[in-house]
Amino acid sequence: MNNNTGFQLSDNDQNGVSLALSGDWIQGSDHGQFSALEIELGTRHPDQLSVDGATLGQWDSVLMAFLLQCYNYCGERGIGFDTRNMPEGVEKLLQVATAVKPHSESEEQRRPWWESLNPIELVRKAFEDVLESLAFVGEVAIATMRLLLGKANTRFTDFRNFCYQAGPDAFGIVSLTSVLVGMILAYLGAVQLQQFGAQIYVADLVVIGMLREMGVLMTAVVMAGRTGAAYAAQLGTMQTNEEIDAITTMGISPIEFLVMPRMLALVVMMPLLTVYASLLGIVGGGIVAGGMGISALQYINQAQGAFAFSHIVVGLLKSFVFAALIAVAGCRSGINSGRSSAAVGQAATEAVVTAIVYLIVADAAINILFQQVGI
Amino acid sequence: MEEQREVHIEVRDVTMAYGSFVIQRDLNFNIFRGDIFVIMGGSGCGKSTLLKHMLGLIPPSSGDILYSGESFTRASSQQQEAMRQRWGITYQSGGLFSAMTLAENITLPLQLYTSYSTVDIEEIVAYKLALVGLAGYQAFYPSEISGGMRKRAALARAIALDPEILFFDEPSAGLDPISSRLLDELIVQLKDSIGATVVMVTHELPSIFDIATNSVYLDANTRTMIDYGDPAYLRDNSEQAVVRQFLTRSAASEEDTA
Repeated sequence: MNNNTGFQLSDNDQNGVSLALSGDWIQGSDHGQFSALEIELGTRHPDQLSVDGATLGQWDSVLMAFLLQCYNYCGERGIGFDTRNMPEGVEKLLQVATAVKPHSESEEQRRPWWESLNPIELVRKAFEDVLESLAFVGEVAIATMRLLLGKANTRFTDFRNFCYQAGPDAFGIVSLTSVLVGMILAYLGAVQLQQFGAQIYVADLVVIGMLREMGVLMTAVVMAGRTGAAYAAQLGTMQTNEEIDAITTMGISPIEFLVMPRMLALVVMMPLLTVYASLLGIVGGGIVAGGMGISALQYINQAQGAFAFSHIVVGLLKSFVFAALIAVAGCRSGINSGRSSAAVGQAATEAVVTAIVYLIVADAAINILFQQVGI
Repeated sequence: MEEQREVHIEVRDVTMAYGSFVIQRDLNFNIFRGDIFVIMGGSGCGKSTLLKHMLGLIPPSSGDILYSGESFTRASSQQQEAMRQRWGITYQSGGLFSAMTLAENITLPLQLYTSYSTVDIEEIVAYKLALVGLAGYQAFYPSEISGGMRKRAALARAIALDPEILFFDEPSAGLDPISSRLLDELIVQLKDSIGATVVMVTHELPSIFDIATNSVYLDANTRTMIDYGDPAYLRDNSEQAVVRQFLTRSAASEEDTA
């Protein structure tokens, strides 16, 4: 009657259908598919479906999954379902599997993905994001004030540990990047200046470039990837472990307790790292200049001429601002993180991306400002 | 009496240690096929560590663990892999992959280790979720369901491959008494119908007396196992006062003065 392997349908008395299962129903075997049975049943409209396992071979979850579908199919259409002639375990498992009614999702719970592209929704989200950031910055400002008044619950031990992580621990990577950036600057300038026979001005370019711009920016980018992401991951994991809930219910402000020590550590260590990075960059530029036939003495002499106190001040000022921005971006992402491993990863990514965007925007703004003021 | 039953897991002279710090020494016991075996003991005695040793996550400092007579500790990594495929495991905090939906969580072992077709896998996933009372929750992420549901979802993943041995680390911790009871019933039903051996770590006394058929008690002070047997029998007849106290929830001082 049908060519399906694994099962055979036959009419029995009283408008019932019996479903005889045969052969092995295990992985890799050529067992029956429910879709085939569904088509067959659709043409018969029985009142009763009796399953018979007299010639059934070995079976595993595949059979159970098949029977569960039969059960649900019959349940939906008011067809009687009978598994009396099946092995004992089958009936028991089916009972367990059908003890709880299937959960049906309500429409509002799952929105189609394209709704997330709705422009109004996107603008609203961006606006909320900005508000949230402002609220966070406000809380940080209040916490800073309380700290200055000596009322904040900020632990000095935490501050010291974070200083170590944001300072000495970062020496290696900052050294490497700043020497290389100094060399890159020198190469870039040397090639252009050589055309005018003015190679000696490479020293000016490197000194001013490193002190005002590249030293602080490269350090900030490294710290955003290194420390900003770490802050987001730490705070995100704390959110997952309900540590932040615990801190809040103890009556301690998480901003004072968790964010302040991190932010202060970064604000204290970044200027030091920046000065260090700038000096190493100038040394790196000197190496390249040496290779271009400029003696060390000439280079130092020229560098001294280019050196001005205002350049250092500009670099230091930027480093304070950048440190605060990195810390705010990292801590905000961490504190607002969701409570799963995926969410913590997302928080870390968000921390680095926002920090770098903040850095570049702030750098441009500060440069324009100083240009206007004439520093 | 016990000679007729098949030994499924043998723990032989196992000593567990982190460096020179010994957690438990000279553990020797058998787990029989079809048992619901409970590892008991006070907090910090090394119950979960023993389970991690049995799972091969930590190699024992000395001794051996045998599954159906085959050494796990001395097996090659391929053999260990093959043995692990016959196990289902749930972890203390579930261990569900948070970046995957429940359906994806259960699909993963099926895709990795079986030759079922994609359609079959989808149907089996629906069936496994129905078994633990989560039919229709395929598209949910672990973070979107309650703690009890997560425990059950972890169980569904553990039974995905129709395992011979089920390991549970504190399956009912953090559940209300009713949910915990239902989970116990589910474990017994699943065990009976798929014929698995169950090894679990738990503190829950009701659960221990309801479903356990055999147990071992690890003592934190003497750092070894001090009793072995059916917990209901041990409660009344254990020669160790600590074990009787543990199983009757009585304070140590009462027994000491008694």
